[in-house]
Amino acid sequence: MAQVAEKAQKYVGGGVLRKEDPELLTGRAQYIDDISMPGMLWIAIVRSPLAHATINSVDTSQASGMPGVKGVYSGADLAGEWADGLPCAWPVTEDIKLPKHWPVAKDKVRHAGDPVAVVVAETRAQAVDATEAVEVDYEPLDVVVDMEAALAPGATKVHDDFDDNSCYVWNLDVGDVDDVFNNAPVVVKERYRHPRLIPNAIEPRGVVCQPNIPQGEFIVYSATQVPHILKTMLALTVGVAEQKVRVIAPDVGGGFGSKLNVYAEEAICLAIGRKLGVPVKWIEERSEGYLATIHGRDVVQDMEVAADENGKVTGFRANLHADMGAYLQLVTPGIPILGAFLYHGVYDCQAYSFTCTGVFTNKTPTDAYRGAGRPEATYAVERIMDALARKVGKDPVELRRLNFLEPFDEAREVITGLSFDSGNYGVSLDKALENFGYDDMRAEQKRRRDSGDAKQLGIGVSTYIEMCGLAPSQVLASLRYAAGGWDAATIRCHPTGKVTAITGTAPHGQGHVTSWSQIVADELGVPFEDVEVLHGDTAISPLGMDTYGSRSLSVGGVALHYAARKIVTKAKTIAAHELEVAEEDLEYDSGTFSVKGAPDKSKTVAEVAFSAWTAHNLPEGTEPGLEETHVFDPPNFTFPSGAHLCAVEVDTETGLTRVVKYVAVDDCGKIINSAIVEGQVHGGIAQGIAEAMYEEAVYDDNGVLMTSSMANYRVPSAAELPNFETDRTETPSTTNPLGVKGIGEAGTIASPPAVVNATIDALAPFGIDHIDKPVTPERVWAALQNAGGGSVEGRGTDTTAAGSGVGSADTPGGDA
Amino acid sequence: MRRVSITVNGVEHEAMVEPRQLLVYFLREQLGLTGTNVGCDTTTCGACTILVNGKSAKSCTMLAIQCDGAEITTIEALAQDGAMHPLQKAFHETHALQCGYCTPGMIMAGLDLINSNGELSEDDIRTGLEGNLCRCTGYHNIVKAIQQASGEMRSPART
Repeated sequence: MAQVAEKAQKYVGGGVLRKEDPELLTGRAQYIDDISMPGMLWIAIVRSPLAHATINSVDTSQASGMPGVKGVYSGADLAGEWADGLPCAWPVTEDIKLPKHWPVAKDKVRHAGDPVAVVVAETRAQAVDATEAVEVDYEPLDVVVDMEAALAPGATKVHDDFDDNSCYVWNLDVGDVDDVFNNAPVVVKERYRHPRLIPNAIEPRGVVCQPNIPQGEFIVYSATQVPHILKTMLALTVGVAEQKVRVIAPDVGGGFGSKLNVYAEEAICLAIGRKLGVPVKWIEERSEGYLATIHGRDVVQDMEVAADENGKVTGFRANLHADMGAYLQLVTPGIPILGAFLYHGVYDCQAYSFTCTGVFTNKTPTDAYRGAGRPEATYAVERIMDALARKVGKDPVELRRLNFLEPFDEAREVITGLSFDSGNYGVSLDKALENFGYDDMRAEQKRRRDSGDAKQLGIGVSTYIEMCGLAPSQVLASLRYAAGGWDAATIRCHPTGKVTAITGTAPHGQGHVTSWSQIVADELGVPFEDVEVLHGDTAISPLGMDTYGSRSLSVGGVALHYAARKIVTKAKTIAAHELEVAEEDLEYDSGTFSVKGAPDKSKTVAEVAFSAWTAHNLPEGTEPGLEETHVFDPPNFTFPSGAHLCAVEVDTETGLTRVVKYVAVDDCGKIINSAIVEGQVHGGIAQGIAEAMYEEAVYDDNGVLMTSSMANYRVPSAAELPNFETDRTETPSTTNPLGVKGIGEAGTIASPPAVVNATIDALAPFGIDHIDKPVTPERVWAALQNAGGGSVEGRGTDTTAAGSGVGSADTPGGDA
Repeated sequence: MRRVSITVNGVEHEAMVEPRQLLVYFLREQLGLTGTNVGCDTTTCGACTILVNGKSAKSCTMLAIQCDGAEITTIEALAQDGAMHPLQKAFHETHALQCGYCTPGMIMAGLDLINSNGELSEDDIRTGLEGNLCRCTGYHNIVKAIQQASGEMRSPART
């Protein structure tokens, strides 16, 4: 296993201010909608208002004659443009059902928002105006919205080609699961619902395609997290030779997984650009994006834990239904599987079972949303641990301590076969309890309970683990993922001593330009300001696997570290030659090679870069120039972990719930930039609190998205959220030489169960032991009314009854 | 088409606009001031916030013709002679931005908040920013940045 360097570093570890900021702060950034070209035409898309219908006809005649309109195309008109349907790169089982997904529907629409026609016009407004004049004759079909209804015999099929709406069943069993559960003195079973979430990156998506017809080349600008993956997939979908496609991700305004995809509009812009030979542009309207951009979560879990009377866990069993929506986008089926190995959290057990059934419904496809599979796993584990604590009469903190995996600093195999890189879970928990003032908070809680205060206090804990640093390519192969998990970096030392670092990662807010500059500046002993980081353009950075899954630092950043090591190795050979000593006689420290015992005889990397460029006096066999590339395929995942504690205040008269204290202690291994790490944690927690308390995409029975815009889907503002008290422990990863683990998703993974556990804890005196996300005032109030002053029955088993609506997070008449 | 005269960042612009032209697209597409971003279509996110006659307004929900004769300030006007405005500087120093897309609107809303009020408590700032959404930062550092800048902009050292 890699050893972690323990030398003094000038930039790494500090809160160096970001290089990205000045442009973003002064309005000089270039996002996709800021790109404009002479002769550029605008694209607008006609979308189905119906969730399921046969297309009888598309009449484009009236629209075609409207002012400024240059073309109107139905799905049938564009059928010849596609070499293949939109890609799904993660067919998780051998017998998975993989539906064809054309960028523009030809004969049927399968969710509200499915594209049916494309309008091209001179201005944005003209294009949108003309969409209104396209007449589509639909024959409405029955709609399946709920997963349970979709799986019922005789249910309307989303795809006629298949026998039913079950997309796949994926299973992992370890140990004698039945034996453990049948013989356990204590078994707790609960059903947890994860509502559909709308990612809501503040920048909507958008695409500009700039064709160069004489050369047969196309530049595709897209607000994407994955320019490299997009290039390959667009070439395959639209039938353009891959070397003729260049994808550029300009400044990208957030992603959270929603821009980790290959979308219909990207294919449409490339195809129309090719067809018309002029630049074309499409910018998503927000309400359009609510239908056209992937959604997250929409999973129902039946979760069980087996334990002895004391609360010592013996087994976990999870049975999931995951809503795929109408089609499989890039990694739709794989999202629940990213959590499949984590349904025991940081706890020891002897038996483990995970099963997931993917289900087609007439809704927008789901796909990666911050955390992707791991928030679902963590939520189930941390909720059931609280339920178990209640059952055996233990404090939830004590129950967790009883079940923690022992501390380890060398990789350790756990029950699922994964090898956790390092971990010390008690330390983060201790620190979190101290920072939180756990005993004082419990005392305050008791005071309010005893006095019958209308505002009750609840305390929730979540000790999480996540699996990130995606991913070892061979492991991905075993999971049937179609691509690799490596990443690449190139470092170019210029003759003037300046450095260019080229990365395969694709930042959209994470500050890679700053963090990568810190790594390179320390490795090569050059000023931070002298390092230029280039990314997001497949012509400049041809090798890369982009940014998602908290992978950028622990894969792309590590590739950069190795590239720097290669630079130092080559520079050392040249320096030794110039100083006329053996390489073994040189010491390297912070950019300077000096002769052991004669420190005044030295060469800097910058000096060597000049020598390598003049090539006047290079050692035999050494190539001129000082530039190195490294492609890093991680040998293992990384496993960040930590403890989050949340206190909520519930107004028992109105149901209004507020987070009043939030303490996070995260362990992401070694850190590069403390400010950026903290910022990622803040944003992650906020998104998790939003999931726990505010956000839910709701469909009606006809498949109409009721939460159809930002005006009625509640993304919380500053007014709803608290400050966050963050802290760290540092258990270096053994997966990579930087000792880093990743922090992009931790907050989103840890916080939902902390918030919901806290809410349930506040309501415990009323006999309430279950409430679903999001814990809106309405739900909390209804739960209090149903509890009728403390006589409510335990809901644990009730919620798993047939007919309780496996696919709808907010079953009419149920829940609450 | 209607003729309007709008002063933007101190420069008077005479222009012909469609009556339905939104102010934000007048700024972005006719004047090329792309620092003001569009994030939604329901006046919810505040990415397009600018100052109209010194008060913050969402430029996606005003027509250009409504601003005939008005003075408009956008993010592009804040930095002077290459030096960032104290609010921009505070955002930089407190890591109050990540992807940056909400940032121009957040700064313009923050500027109005500071200019229109006395001492600002954390609660004042959080409530005052209710119309501006950020998906990256969790607002923690944005609130800090506005607190910091508010103090600096009021301190007697700054004239």
